[in-house]
Amino acid sequence: MGCAPKLPPYGRFLGISVETTDAGPLFCMPFTPTVVGRPQFLHGGAIAGLLEIAAVGTVMAALAEEPGASVKPINVTVDFMRGGRERGTFAAAVISRLGNRIANVEAFAWQEDRVKPIASARMNLMVRRNG
Amino acid sequence: MSDPFTPSGLDPLAAARMVASLGHNGALGSRIVALGDDWAELALDYREDLIGDEETGVLASGPIIALMDMATSIAVWIKRGVFRPQATLDLRIDYLRAATPGHTVIGRGECYRLTRRIAFVRGQAHDGDPADPIANVVATFMMTDEA
Repeated sequence: MGCAPKLPPYGRFLGISVETTDAGPLFCMPFTPTVVGRPQFLHGGAIAGLLEIAAVGTVMAALAEEPGASVKPINVTVDFMRGGRERGTFAAAVISRLGNRIANVEAFAWQEDRVKPIASARMNLMVRRNG
Repeated sequence: MSDPFTPSGLDPLAAARMVASLGHNGALGSRIVALGDDWAELALDYREDLIGDEETGVLASGPIIALMDMATSIAVWIKRGVFRPQATLDLRIDYLRAATPGHTVIGRGECYRLTRRIAFVRGQAHDGDPADPIANVVATFMMTDEA
């Protein structure tokens, strides 16, 4: 899991950056006008977007040694647990299973305290491997 | 500019138009295209900065979630007849197929059950043919004004 995954244009639209940690990639989304929902709160769509980027990016990092491997989203279930406030949001994902065809991933988003998540997502991805 | 958020109980359509123009919804550029008694249809134009896969040019899934969250939210306000602040409790989306690059995405949200504190919604998104949807959504909202 050494190299940080490359973000798509949508990740840059949300202002997301990635850093590599021992536990895998850590995704950060600053609070900007682009991600505001109701006044003073993050938009659920932006939180879901961050969680999906974290889930996909973490699987792509795990597939980094397989050139040409790609993933496609099948579905995602997002639980919103706390309102996102006017500060930066972090996200990381845990791969429950990385199979030949399917990856099951759980992503979490938090703000000031990692043990108080603002949202989580369970995502199923289709994996395409070369050869 | 009037503030549709305080006090709650204002015209749902005025509030919906205001909400659609602000923040994340405004940045995505989604717009209301059709409305019914308990449903709303929104459009999201294809944009290169919303691409999720640079090789194929396919739109990311996040903007489609945001579009469906907004369409189903408006459906709740219309069915209730007043604007009340609410938060998404959970949302599940099935990506039935990739959206065709260049096509405008239409998201239709419907509120099929409303209680005092919870709204149950569902919806579909398509990119030209409603019979060939790209995504299916089920979600719940909770009212946040404790009324």
